[in-house]
Amino acid sequence: MTSQVSSPAEQADEAVLGELGEQRKPAGTKDVRRLDRVIIRFAGDSGDGMQLTGDRFTSETASFGNDLSTLPNFPAEIRAPAGTLPGVSSFQLHFADHDILTPGDAPDVLVAMNPAALKANITDIPRGAEIIVNTDEFTRRALQKVGYTTSPLDDGTLDAYHVHPVPLTTLTVEALKDYGLTRKEAERSKNMFALGLLSWMYHRPTEGTEKFLKTKFARKPDIAAANIAAFRAGWNFGETTEDFAVSYEVAPAATAFPPGLYRNISGNLALSYGLIAASHQADLPLYLGSYPITPASDILHELSRHKNFGVRTFQAEDEIAGIGAALGAAFGGSLAVTTTSGPGVALKSETIGLAVSLELPLLVIDIQRGGPSTGLPTKTEQADLLQAMYGRNGEAPVPVLAPRTPADCFDSAIEAARIALTYRTPVLLLSDGYLANGSEPWRIPEPGELPDLTVQFAQGPNHTLDDGTEVFWPYKRDPHTLARPWAVPGTPGLEHRIGGIEKQDGTGNISYDPANHDLMVRTRQAKIDGIDVPDVEVDDPHEARTLVLGWGSTYGPITAAVRRLRAAGESIAQAHLRHINPFPKNLGTVLQRYDKVVIPEMNLGQLATLIRAKYLVDAHSYNQVNGMPFKAEQLAAALKEAIDG
Amino acid sequence: MAETTTGATGSSGEGSGTVEALSLVPKAEARQSMKDFKSDQEVRWCPGCGDYAILAAVQGFMPELGLARENIVFVSGIGCSSRFPYYMNTYGMHSIHGRAPAIATGLATSRRDLSVWVVTGDGDALSIGGNHLIHALRRNVNLKILLFNNRIYGLTKGQYSPTSEVGKITKSTPMGSLDAPFNPVSLAIGAEATFVARTVDSDRKHLTDVLRQAAAHPGTALVEIYQNCNIFNDGAFDILKDRRQAEEAVIRLEHGQPIRFGTDHAQGIVRDETTGDLKAVTVTPDNEARVLVHDAHTPSPTTAFALSRLADPDTLHHTPIGVFRSVDRPVYDTQMADQLEQAVEMNGKGDLSSLLAGGDTWTVVG
Repeated sequence: MTSQVSSPAEQADEAVLGELGEQRKPAGTKDVRRLDRVIIRFAGDSGDGMQLTGDRFTSETASFGNDLSTLPNFPAEIRAPAGTLPGVSSFQLHFADHDILTPGDAPDVLVAMNPAALKANITDIPRGAEIIVNTDEFTRRALQKVGYTTSPLDDGTLDAYHVHPVPLTTLTVEALKDYGLTRKEAERSKNMFALGLLSWMYHRPTEGTEKFLKTKFARKPDIAAANIAAFRAGWNFGETTEDFAVSYEVAPAATAFPPGLYRNISGNLALSYGLIAASHQADLPLYLGSYPITPASDILHELSRHKNFGVRTFQAEDEIAGIGAALGAAFGGSLAVTTTSGPGVALKSETIGLAVSLELPLLVIDIQRGGPSTGLPTKTEQADLLQAMYGRNGEAPVPVLAPRTPADCFDSAIEAARIALTYRTPVLLLSDGYLANGSEPWRIPEPGELPDLTVQFAQGPNHTLDDGTEVFWPYKRDPHTLARPWAVPGTPGLEHRIGGIEKQDGTGNISYDPANHDLMVRTRQAKIDGIDVPDVEVDDPHEARTLVLGWGSTYGPITAAVRRLRAAGESIAQAHLRHINPFPKNLGTVLQRYDKVVIPEMNLGQLATLIRAKYLVDAHSYNQVNGMPFKAEQLAAALKEAIDG
Repeated sequence: MAETTTGATGSSGEGSGTVEALSLVPKAEARQSMKDFKSDQEVRWCPGCGDYAILAAVQGFMPELGLARENIVFVSGIGCSSRFPYYMNTYGMHSIHGRAPAIATGLATSRRDLSVWVVTGDGDALSIGGNHLIHALRRNVNLKILLFNNRIYGLTKGQYSPTSEVGKITKSTPMGSLDAPFNPVSLAIGAEATFVARTVDSDRKHLTDVLRQAAAHPGTALVEIYQNCNIFNDGAFDILKDRRQAEEAVIRLEHGQPIRFGTDHAQGIVRDETTGDLKAVTVTPDNEARVLVHDAHTPSPTTAFALSRLADPDTLHHTPIGVFRSVDRPVYDTQMADQLEQAVEMNGKGDLSSLLAGGDTWTVVG
C-alpha cells in the first residue's frame, strides 16, 4: 500500500500562518543523515517546562506523520526543590518511519537542562548517544547540590558520549534582549530554545509550535513573541553553529498507518472522548462523579470542558460521594461514571458492591498507579487487578477490562459502557499512569463506525400474577443477558424500591430466605460469567511452543519484545487480554495449545494467579514493579529465557 | 422588618405543587390520597416506634403536594429510619450507611423533574455520613433531608450515637459515653444550610407544617425530627411531649412572631445586651418590646444559630422547634443546568465528529 501524508501546513489557514513564520527549512549546507527511528529524552527541573517541550515536539512529530510513543515521567511534588534529583522531570519520545510500540528503551539523545537532570538520567543513556547540556546551569553550587565534586563536562565522565555543550540560558537571554523582559522572564523561554534546536536537528515542522505559542499566550502577545523568538533562535543556532554538523531525517511512517484522519492522543484524553462518544451512542446524558486524584484528574478536567454535550461533572467531597453521585445518576437514567486511582477504588468498594446488588450500569475507571497506600502517585503499575476482581465484601462479581495503548482507551471506554448498559452492572476499567499520560497517533473514527449502544428503559408491566394482574417486577431478568429492567424514576406505574439488602428473585422485595440468597448470588455470578466478549486473538505465525500472555498497558513492550525475538529467529506466540472478567471463552483452549505460558506484569503476578486458578495452567510470571513500563530489550531477554528454559 | 423578607420561598399552606422548588416536577393527573403512597410492603419497625408516626405524617402530607407519584424518590442510608423508602409507594433506594445524601445529589442534579427526599438517622447522617451531609447542605442541592434523631443506635441494638447526651450508659459505654453530642440544627446552620427546621414525631400537625415548608424550599432542606426509640432510648423526648412539661420546655418558632413560650406565654427570648447571646426571661411590660421576633428569612445565620443553642443538651429544656432558618440562595442543580445551557449558547451543541478531530490532525491517504 502506498500512502502519502499531507502536513497541516497544507491544511491550515494560510492567513493565520502568514503572520507566523513560514516552515523553516535548512539551507542545505550541512550533512543530513536518514534514520529509521530516534529516541529523545528531555530532562530538566520540574519548573523548566520539560513536559510542555516534550508535548510540542510530539505534536510536531505527529503532524509530520511519524509513528510515535511517549513517556512523560515527573515527580509527585509540584515544585520539588530546584536543581535537586527528586525535582527532575523528563519526557521521552520515540518516533520512527515505521510502526513502533513503546517509548523506547534507551535514548539516542538526552537534553539535560541542569546537572540534576544529567545525573538522574545518565544511567539510562547508552554510550555513543548525543547529550545536549545547558552549560549555564553547571555552576559549582548546582553541581554540589547533586553530589558532583567535579564537573562531568570536564572530568571525562562523559567521554563515551557525544556531548554538545550549549549555553542555553545565555543564548536565550541574548536572543530576547530586545523584548523588554527581565532576565528571569527571558530565562523561562530556554525550553523553547531547546525545542527549536531539536526541531532543527530532526527536521520537525515548526509552524505548529509557533501557532500554538501564539494561541497559548494570546492575552500576552509580548510573551508569545518572546517564546517564538527563542524557538527560532534555537533553530537558527543549530543551523549556524559548527558544533551541530549533522541533522537527521526520519521519514513519515507512510505505510504504518491505514488511511484516515489522524491525531496524536494521550490515554486520558482518549478515555474522556470515549466516554462522550459512548454517551452519544447510547443517547444517554453522561454524568461523572469524581474526586481529584493523580493520575485520573485529567479526565475530570477534560469532561468538565464539554458541558455543551450535556455532560454533567460533579466534583464530590470525597471518593465515596463521587461514586455515590454517579450511582444516583445511574438510577435516574444517566450513563454514569466515576474516575479514580487505586486508593479511590478502595474507598468506593462498598458502593461498587451496592451497584452490584442494585444491578445498575456504572463505569468505575481506575487509572492505576504505584501502591499500596499513597504509593507512587505519578508512576505506573498494574497492581489493582485483584482489587478490581475481588475487593468487595460478599460475592460481588464485576466485569473487568483494560485498554492496551493510549488510543485504545477510546475503544475500551465504549466497550466498558456497552457491557455496563447491556448487563446493568458496574464495570471496572483498568487504565494506568503509563497509558494515561503517554500518547500515540490515533486514527479518528467516523461516528458511523461506532457501535450502537442504545438502551430500552422499562416502560410498563413485565409480569402477570396468577390472578391475571399485570405488575412490574424490577428483578425479572432478560433470559439471554440476565439483565434486569432499567426502570427510571418518572415512569408511571413502575414505582419500585431497590436496595442493598438481599432481594427476592423477580419481585425485588426484601428477602432473607436462604434458598433465595443462594439463587441470587449464583444468578449475579452467572450474569457476569455470561457476558459476551470477543475471543482472544493469538499472533502465532510459526506455531511456537511458548505463549506470552499480557493484559493492559504491557501490550507495547511485549509486542516490541516479540518482534525482536522473531527477528532473531525465535518462535513465540503472543496473546493480549482486554477482557479479564469474564475471560474470553476461547482462552482455555488457547492456553492448552502451548507448552509454556509466560505472563509479564507490572505487579507480582496477579493475572498469573487468576489464570493458574481458573485454567490449572502452570503459567510463569515475569514481574516488574519499579513504577516504569517494561523495556522491550529486557522483556525480550526474559522471554528468550522462557523459550530456552 | 421580618414581614417584608418572606421572599420567594413560598409561604406555607398554599399546597398543591405551585412552589418554586417543585416547579419542574410533573403534577399528578388525579387527586391523590394517603392510600396512594402506601406500598404493599409490611412495615417492620418495632411496635410503638416513633417512625410509624412519621411515616403516616409523610404519607398523609404527600397528596397535598399534588406531584406525580412516579416523580418522587426517597433515598435512605442504613439504620431503622432508612427502611422508610420500602414503605412509600414511590421510587426509592435503600442504599449504604451514610451515603444517601451523595446518591441523592447525583439523582437530583441529573433529574430536575424529580422531588428527591433523603431519610436518615442520627448515626447515619452525623457519624458515618457526616461529610456527605455537610457538603449537601453547603451546596444547596434540591434535596429534602429528614433526619430522624432518636439519640441512639437502634438497628445495632443500643450503642450511643453522636447526638446522645454525655455520660450515656449503653452497651458500648457501660461507664458512660465521653463525647460531646452534635446539635444537628447548629451543625446544619454552621454548614451553610439554607433551610433548617426541627419537629417532633408525635406532633403530626407541627410535623406536617414543617414538611410543607421544607418541600417548598428551593435547595437543601434539613428537618430534624425527634423520634422516640421505645426499645433502646424510650422517653428521650418525653419532656417535649408531656403537655404540662412541654409548655415550659418547648419554644415554638413561628416566622414573624415574638418568641414566647411557657404557661400563658409568660416567657420570652431576648438578646443579652452585654454578650449578644440569647436568653429566656419572664416577660414584663418593661421588657416586652425586647422579645425577639423570629425572622427565619434573615440572611445572617447568627440568630438562628443562637436559637439552636438555647436547648440544654442533657435535659432538652428550652428546645426550639419549627423553622430556624429559611433563606434563598442559588440552587446547585439549577446552576449546573444553567452552565450546560450556557455552554451550548457559547460553543453550540456538542458535535462528536468535530470534538474527536480537534487539535492538530493529519491525513493518511491510501
